[in-house]
Amino acid sequence: MTELFSGTGPLFMNPDPDDARSFFKKKEKALVNKVMPVKEAVSKFVKDGDYLGSGGFGSNRIATAALHEILRQKKRNLGLAGHTTTHDFQILTAGNMDGEKLLSRVDVAYIVGLEARGLSPHARRVMQSGEIEICEWTNYAIACRFRAAASGIPFIPARNMLGTDTFFQSAAKEILCPFTDRKLVALPALYPDVSLIHVHESDVYGNCRINGITVADGDLARASKRVIITTEKIISNDDIRSKPWATIIPSYCVDAVCEVPYGSYPGNMPGEYFSDEAHLVEWLRAENDVEKFRQFLDKYIYDVPDFEHYLELCGGVEKIKELRAQELLLPRKE
Amino acid sequence: MSDYNAIELMICVAARLLEDGSTVGVGTGAPCAAAMLAQRTNAPNLLITFEAGGIAPQLPSMPISVGDSRTFYRGLMATSMSDILETCQRGLVDYTFLGGAQIDAYGNINSTVIGDYHKPKVRFPGSGGANDFASFCWHTLVITQHDIRRFVKKLDFLTTPGYLNGPGAREKAGLPENSGPLKIITDLAVMGFDETTKRMRVESLHSGVTFEKVQENTEFELLKSPEITDTEPPQDEELRILREEVDPFRYVIGR
Repeated sequence: MTELFSGTGPLFMNPDPDDARSFFKKKEKALVNKVMPVKEAVSKFVKDGDYLGSGGFGSNRIATAALHEILRQKKRNLGLAGHTTTHDFQILTAGNMDGEKLLSRVDVAYIVGLEARGLSPHARRVMQSGEIEICEWTNYAIACRFRAAASGIPFIPARNMLGTDTFFQSAAKEILCPFTDRKLVALPALYPDVSLIHVHESDVYGNCRINGITVADGDLARASKRVIITTEKIISNDDIRSKPWATIIPSYCVDAVCEVPYGSYPGNMPGEYFSDEAHLVEWLRAENDVEKFRQFLDKYIYDVPDFEHYLELCGGVEKIKELRAQELLLPRKE
Repeated sequence: MSDYNAIELMICVAARLLEDGSTVGVGTGAPCAAAMLAQRTNAPNLLITFEAGGIAPQLPSMPISVGDSRTFYRGLMATSMSDILETCQRGLVDYTFLGGAQIDAYGNINSTVIGDYHKPKVRFPGSGGANDFASFCWHTLVITQHDIRRFVKKLDFLTTPGYLNGPGAREKAGLPENSGPLKIITDLAVMGFDETTKRMRVESLHSGVTFEKVQENTEFELLKSPEITDTEPPQDEELRILREEVDPFRYVIGR
């Protein structure tokens, strides 16, 4: 007899496909103009207590404007799929200060770090305080969980996590394969309430194109009950129809389309602009001191009305020209 | 022989392990530098993949993130994270390179917490793709500094599987057969794993380092390979390529 184990972590979201189907049945599928300001999208589609998915890869192709707006609107008790969340995690944990809880639960694959840039002091303070309920996974596990949800099935079997504490602190379960008798890990479907995805191009209905790696965003958009798209630019529906194979996210998944040029700043946007490493370092340094971090957040987020003003504070078009030159490997001027 | 620092030595040793025509999943930093160096020396046909979706880029510079645009610059494909890790799960990826806060005698790695899981003394990022890569790739390579707080008897948290608790344990847990850690490259030595016990053993010592010194910096008891050799130091040409082409701004080798 093979002994089968279960992870001991909390399962934050219901993996049942019929509950999801009832929701998706009611979703608008017709082509309706969904263009709106970020402020309206966040106020309309992100509710206190919701569980979020953040698109892109931490500091690459992230929906910065929507993440900032969630902070400004002081949303509370949100859940998050921490699927290589780096700068996006840093932004959201900034709402966990002075006893306030923007995040209350996190499925963890990669958090608190900014890869080669080091660890976020504030995100670590928040995570080390124990105030956030967590469940442990891996990047592939969370990608599979989105895929299961996107497929409309309750779980996906895989061969990772087995034998480790990562499994023990997850909400996965070991199962036996009905065909081969092999032990597998069952990864439960994850249907986020709302996801925030930044793309290169979208039409007014939410048909989206992404240039470069898609990370998990094709599945994330399909798995999420509501999707807020921020886009570098809005393109015509004719343009979409001229090359339908380039559409990565179809409009029936999308609830809001917000045009935000340079919207992944200070993150990288493939083919458009590189990440602003100086600003990311400034952010990391500010976090060392709580008072300094408060002032930093006031200056860049709470005291500005929107992302456009933040971009202006960070150097505006001149800064973007510099980051575009870096991204496109243009020769440097002497 | 030129002067070189510990990280340059580790990168050169790691690069030589990658055969021409093999496939590797890498992260940023030293692993990426090793793969780039291998591509310019012994393994021009090395296929490099990044977990966020980049396949076979012609890297113009060191990436800052495993998902930044450099990781698919002039690549063969820009795909999804699932596609990359499923390619590993299907058995097409030979090597992966990892690091971590703690490692034990069986090559298991902790990159999650120091202290109690629910109220940790230090919270680290967690698995990211490390558990996936080490579960799926045929061979895991580790590059890390060697000290007694890192090479521990018992991990605070087993994030990523090595040989778990010994021979047969990976297979029993359900992990793909015949996979596991291959080499651990540190600033003191290169270690492999004893075939019968799956415990870490010293295979080569860097210049000026004794077995005793490696043991002093390791909390668990190290085994000895039947023949412990001297680590081949970096060649001038390897150092030139590493310094001029791979990491001219010394992001990794200047640490």
